[in-house]
Amino acid sequence: MAVRDGTLLRHEAPGNGAPRRPEPGARGALPPMAHRTRRGAGPWHTASALARTRLLRRIRRLLSKWDRAERVEEYHVNLKYSEEYQRFREEVRAFIKDHWTAEDVANNPQLSEMAQGLGSAPRTDERATAFRREAAKRGYMYRHVPRAYGGGEQPPDPLKATIIGEEFKAAKTPPELMSQGPAMLIPTLLAHGSEEQKQEFVEKTLLGHIRWCQGYSEPGAGSDLASLRTTGVLEGDHWVVNGQKIWTSNAREADWMFALIRTEPDEAKHDGISYLLIDMKTPGIDVRPLRQMDGDAHFNEVFFDNVRVPRASMVGDRGQGWYVSRSTLKAERALIGNASMARRTFDGCVALAQMTEVRGHPAIQDPVIRDRLTELEARVLAAEYNGFRLLTESAKGHDGGLAGLVTKLHTSTLAHDVSRLAMDISSDAAMLAPGEERAPFSGMLVQSYIMYYALAIGGGAPNIQRNVIGERGLGLPRDVRR
Amino acid sequence: MDFGLTEDQSLLQDSIKKFVEAECPPTRVRDIMESDDGHDPALWRGLAELGVAGMTVPAEHGGAGLELLDLALASDILGWAAIPGPFLGNAMATAALSQSDADAQERWFPSVATGETVLTVALGEGIGEWDAAAVQTRATGGKLTGEKSLVPYAEIADVILVTAIDDDGPGLWAVERGASAMEITALSGNDLTRRVAHVRFDGASARKIASGRIAADYARDVGLVLLAADASGGAHRCLEMTTEYALTREQFGQVIGAFQGVKHQLANLACDLEPAVSLWWYAAHAFDHIQDKTERHAALAKSHLTDLYDTTVRYAIELHGGIGFTWEYDLHLWFRRAMFDRAFLGESSYHRRRAADLAGW
Repeated sequence: MAVRDGTLLRHEAPGNGAPRRPEPGARGALPPMAHRTRRGAGPWHTASALARTRLLRRIRRLLSKWDRAERVEEYHVNLKYSEEYQRFREEVRAFIKDHWTAEDVANNPQLSEMAQGLGSAPRTDERATAFRREAAKRGYMYRHVPRAYGGGEQPPDPLKATIIGEEFKAAKTPPELMSQGPAMLIPTLLAHGSEEQKQEFVEKTLLGHIRWCQGYSEPGAGSDLASLRTTGVLEGDHWVVNGQKIWTSNAREADWMFALIRTEPDEAKHDGISYLLIDMKTPGIDVRPLRQMDGDAHFNEVFFDNVRVPRASMVGDRGQGWYVSRSTLKAERALIGNASMARRTFDGCVALAQMTEVRGHPAIQDPVIRDRLTELEARVLAAEYNGFRLLTESAKGHDGGLAGLVTKLHTSTLAHDVSRLAMDISSDAAMLAPGEERAPFSGMLVQSYIMYYALAIGGGAPNIQRNVIGERGLGLPRDVRR
Repeated sequence: MDFGLTEDQSLLQDSIKKFVEAECPPTRVRDIMESDDGHDPALWRGLAELGVAGMTVPAEHGGAGLELLDLALASDILGWAAIPGPFLGNAMATAALSQSDADAQERWFPSVATGETVLTVALGEGIGEWDAAAVQTRATGGKLTGEKSLVPYAEIADVILVTAIDDDGPGLWAVERGASAMEITALSGNDLTRRVAHVRFDGASARKIASGRIAADYARDVGLVLLAADASGGAHRCLEMTTEYALTREQFGQVIGAFQGVKHQLANLACDLEPAVSLWWYAAHAFDHIQDKTERHAALAKSHLTDLYDTTVRYAIELHGGIGFTWEYDLHLWFRRAMFDRAFLGESSYHRRRAADLAGW
């Protein structure tokens, strides 16, 4: 054990220095709570274009402040990569230098990661497409997809995948698309699709040229998804689809839907479902936005009235759709369960506490706030390190067992708890809606607080997660199911 | 990158676990905790043979020369099995001795490595005061005067390492067993598997072995990480016992684990506990390799894991129903250890306050 200077450790924060609460009135600082006056302004979804532009500019300023001030080395796990991987990182850097220029970076939409997380889609224009094609050719993108379908075709190596992700992010290149098509449909198509389906859909989906929505949930089939009732009846060369889907994200923008449809009404519950690909332009499809609790409309209802779907659009066999879709749901659980949401919100929460004065005192100096912040930080760190632990396990070819099964419930609960503390730090300003300029961070944390409900419910509501943990993780008996 | 245990570390944990399962099942834990001094020299020798006593003693002094992560893995198993004895105080004192003068190391390390010499530390004073800067015990001309609270296994320790101040400021002094003008009063603690005593010095002979607060800080940070690991092991054991009970206990015509009310409580415990394992792994790793993160991560891990232990044990007892509240059923051994882990070296909110201060907030 090396000698260290105990006094330094006690009195100075590692790599952090003195508290960085900005002076009142400093650029980007929020006015002290007491000086704020009430002022009317519409919430995010009714803001005018000009108000939105002003708001985005303000958010950018605030976020760049966090990036500089808060996201310090302290928060990065200092885990060393072996030489082989260091070399690999150099190769990736050299590739990026050759294929993504400063001009390309300048043409990126000027939004931080958090703003992107709140709804701005990654680029899919010509330059982005060219970059993705080159990256796939080099094996840096879509590594699990065969080259024949536009993928990178590489053996699984989570560490390389992590390095690529880090470098692409740092250089602001177009990322691998993680939306529903690439993340959920592609693994399913690769495992169960026909050659024609793969040729037609895989590459275009990976490049973002075909956008997908998922048609699973129905008004009467949520947690008990297999009880779904939208029907498909074979007439000649077409399935005629009738019924309704709900909670369909991006249905208005999507070109196609992958859907679970009951085609074999006489079979047992799970054995009567087929997996269909449906062109959203087909006559008889009616998409209606579903206004959610924050007033925005991310989800939709989709109605099918005698929608004719070519017979060849089925993935897998008749009645096998439930089993075909399993690979999709598994991919979704991995997609939703990660610590980065909680981390970003936590960093925002600390920044907020440093900038906010409540009843004449900086929130960060309130002992209760400090206690709750450190309590949550321990949980955020646990979530991050658990992610590293799972990554290491998967690099060794093991599944994470219990540590993997709990991830989604753990991180979604945590993200919500962190944003709830942000509401308390905001004091009575927590009443102000997203988009209201006088709300702390223009209400971005309020927006998170609301949207984390969707994060908790999507991909299996919390009690479904608890069943999975209890039954698969702890070996407890299944409860009665029909 | 490798965020996980090495094969050697897994093997180490397995062998300690096999040993304690065979040699110290709850029946023997109960025998030891009902004995006068709560210490079983034969058990301690057995653990020492596995390297538990001298794990972090440098190899040149006959120890295993391993790191805090390895020691914490041992603490995890000892917590899982509720093993009684002087492990914690001995390990903290070993860390303090590693920052002490060469004479002291040569004198005690070789016999600590074999388990023949048992060390302990006396850090705390008054109520809740564990910081070296606040020490009141005074050293003058090789004599100590003052009082130390909650000293682990002071009665059986061969050497007590004591924080005190002299004209040069804080430092560490060694007092050998049987020193005159030292009065050890055994305290009746909630945890029956780890004994504590009140120690009063009234001019006891002591040797100064370290200056400054580094040795004391080392002892504290090692203690915090080992308590976190002990809590992790103990909480896992409570979850295992309760899951097992839920799989066998039948009510309303089925095993109670099939009821979602029971299943979901157990799932919640697993959900909080499993990711938290990586928190004390990392805190131990930081102590070994990333020194500027040591103090904060040790504080965060201790407060978080010991709070989780308390929550886990609470649901474990509730889910057991009446049987969980009996003396015969073993669950209270862990309940008691949870009380120790949570309070020793200071309560959770104290360490969270420290972590907030250390962040520079």
